[in-house]
Amino acid sequence: MKRNERFISYKDALREALLQEMERDRRVFVYGLGVPDNNAVFGTTRGLKERFGPERVFDTPLSEDAMTGIGLGAAINGLKPVHHHIRVDFLLLAFNQLANMVSILRYGSGGKVTIPFVIRAIIGRGWGQGLQHSKSMQSVFAHIPGLKVIMPSTPHDAKGLLTAAIRDENPVICLEHRWLYDQEGNVPLKQFTVPLGKSKVLRRGNDVTVVATSWMNIEARHASEILKKRGVSVEIVDPRTIQPLDEATIIRSVKKTSHCIVADNDWLNCGFSAEVAARVSRECFGELKSPVERIGFAPTPCPMTRVLEDEFYPNAGDIVRAIEKALKLKPMDLSKERFYSHENRFKGPF
Amino acid sequence: MAQVSKKVAAELYQKAYLIRSAERKICDNYPKDVMQSPMHMSMGEEGIVAGVCQALKKKDQVFGTYRSHGLYLAKTGETDDFFAEMYGKVSGIANGKAGSMFLSRPAAGLISVSAVVTTAIPVAVGAAYANKLKRNGKITAVFFGDGALEEGAFWESLNFACLKQVPILFVCEDNGFAIQTPLRARRGYASIIDIVSRFKSNVFQGETTNPEVIYGTALKAIAAVKKTRKPAFLRFKYYRYLEHVGVRDDFAVGYRPRNEFKKWEKIDPVKVMRKNLLRKGMTEKTVVGMEKAIEKKVERSVARAEKAPFPPRSDLYKDIFYEKK
Repeated sequence: MKRNERFISYKDALREALLQEMERDRRVFVYGLGVPDNNAVFGTTRGLKERFGPERVFDTPLSEDAMTGIGLGAAINGLKPVHHHIRVDFLLLAFNQLANMVSILRYGSGGKVTIPFVIRAIIGRGWGQGLQHSKSMQSVFAHIPGLKVIMPSTPHDAKGLLTAAIRDENPVICLEHRWLYDQEGNVPLKQFTVPLGKSKVLRRGNDVTVVATSWMNIEARHASEILKKRGVSVEIVDPRTIQPLDEATIIRSVKKTSHCIVADNDWLNCGFSAEVAARVSRECFGELKSPVERIGFAPTPCPMTRVLEDEFYPNAGDIVRAIEKALKLKPMDLSKERFYSHENRFKGPF
Repeated sequence: MAQVSKKVAAELYQKAYLIRSAERKICDNYPKDVMQSPMHMSMGEEGIVAGVCQALKKKDQVFGTYRSHGLYLAKTGETDDFFAEMYGKVSGIANGKAGSMFLSRPAAGLISVSAVVTTAIPVAVGAAYANKLKRNGKITAVFFGDGALEEGAFWESLNFACLKQVPILFVCEDNGFAIQTPLRARRGYASIIDIVSRFKSNVFQGETTNPEVIYGTALKAIAAVKKTRKPAFLRFKYYRYLEHVGVRDDFAVGYRPRNEFKKWEKIDPVKVMRKNLLRKGMTEKTVVGMEKAIEKKVERSVARAEKAPFPPRSDLYKDIFYEKK
C-alpha cells in the first residue's frame, strides 16, 4: 500500500458517497425497501437513518412504480432523491414511470423542470439468483433518451460516480453488481467525483482491446493475466457510463490495437455490446484486423442450478478464447486455470 | 353551503367561461388541420377544475391528465402560450414539443399532466411530499378520471400519501367512461368512496356540476388536509360532452344515448354559474362584458399562435438533459 492509500470495499465506498453527500447537501434523501433495516441494502445505507432522521432516510411500501413517480415529483420540487432497489428485476416494475415520465418530463416541459434523481439497483448473480434476481438490463435503460446509466466496477468509481450522479441535475440509474460489493480498492476519504460520460482505461495494453462492463471487468482482468503468460498484452476499457457513452476512449484504444472484444454483463441481442460494436465498426472500419466480437449472457433466462448457470454466464476463459481467435493464435491450455471461482465464495442467500 | 361572494363567483364564472370559449375556438379551428395534436376536450368538466382551482392558492400545485385544457386554463388563466402549443409553435408552453396531451407551466403551479393514465398521480404525491419536507404550506391537487382507479399506481400512491400524511387532494373527475368502456364493464366493487374511506384519508363527494358548490367542497377538503394532516379524496361526477378524443359529439356511435346528454345539459356548469351570478345581482350587461373580454382574449391568442413561427429544427435536441450553461 502506498502512502495516502486507503483500501475499502465497494459497498463501503457507496455508503461513504451517500453519507458525505447527505452531509453536504440537505436536499438529498434516501429511500427504498429495506433502506433502514438491519441489512441496510448490504451495508450501503447503514447508519444513515440514525444520522439524518426518518424524513430523509426511509423505508417504503413495495410499490416500485409509484415510489419512482414520488421521487420524480420530489426532484421537480427541489429535493434530490436517491431510490434503492435490491435487484434490477424489481426496478422493472417502475418501467412505466421511467419511460413515460422520468425520461420525458424535462423535454415535455420545454426545459422548465429539472430532475436530479438517482435510482440505484443491484444486479444479482450466483447461489441460485436465477430467473428473477439476476437481470442487468443496462441496454434497455440506456435505450431511452432522457435517462443516464452508470455501472461502476471499482470501489473508487463507485464513490466518485455515485457522488457525481447525485450532483447531476438529471435522472441517473446506477447499476451495481452484487459481486463487486466486497471488492476492495483504493478510495480517497475526501469527497471527489468521477464525471459521468467518461470511459476509463483500466489496464494498458497493445494487442487487443476488451471493452467490459461491470463484473465483466473482473473477468477481463483475469483473462488478461492468463494471456500475459503467452506475451499477449490486453487493453481493458471500462465505459463506466453506459449513457452518455464516451466512445472516444474506446475508439482510441481500438485504433491502437486493431482488435475489439466487447464483454458485456448482459444479454447480447439488441444490447449495449451491439451498440459498441456498431460504433467501433463505423469509426475503425479500415483499421480493424478482426471483426468485433461480443461476449455476454446466453440468450436464455438465467437458470438456478449451478451447472447450467456456469453455462449461462461467460467468464475469463471465453474472453481468452475470443482474443485467441481474433489474433489467430492456437488455443492455449486452460485446464490449470480456475474459472467461476467467485461462485465458491459467494454464499448468498442473496 | 356558505355564501360565495360576488367577487369569487365572478372569478369562478370567468374560469369556466374561459375554458368553454377556448375549447369552442378549438372546435371551430380543428377541422382546418392547423392543430395536429390529439385533443381530449374538457367540455362538461369545467365546474370541477374551476371550483377546485379557485379554492387553491396561486403557489399551490396541480397535476392532471391528457384531458387538461380546463385545468391549465383554470390554474394559469393564460391563453397565448396555450394556443401556441396547440398549433405546435415555438412560442408554445413547451415550444410545440408537447401539445394538448402534455401541458406544463411550473411557474403558475401546473407542474405536469400525463397522457398515460395514472402516471401523474405518484409524481404529484412526490411533489406534495417535498412540500411537506420543506414546510412551505403548499397544497398539491392531482386530477384524474375514474379509469385511473383501475391502475395499480393509484392505490400505491394513495397508500403512500396516507402513510406519510402528505398534503394532497386526489380529485377524481368521474365521467363513467374509459374511452367508451362503461363502469359496468370495468368495476368489480360497489363504491370507491367506501373503499377510500377505509384509508387514513378524508373523503368528499359531490353530485353536482355547480362550480360554486365544488369550490365550497374543495375549501372544506383543503381545511381538512391542513387540520388532520391526512390527504383528501374528492370525487365529482360529470358528463363528457364530446368524443373521447376529438372535437365532435359521438352519440351516433351507439354506446351512449343523446338523451343522457340532454339531462346533463340542463345543469351545464357554465350555464349554472352564469345563473348564479345573475342571482347574486350581477347585471346581464356586466356578465356579457366579461364574456366579451374573455372571447377577445381567446381570439387574440389564436391570432398570435397562427402568426408565430414553428420551432427551429435544431430544437429537436434541446432540453433532453439539463446542461450547465
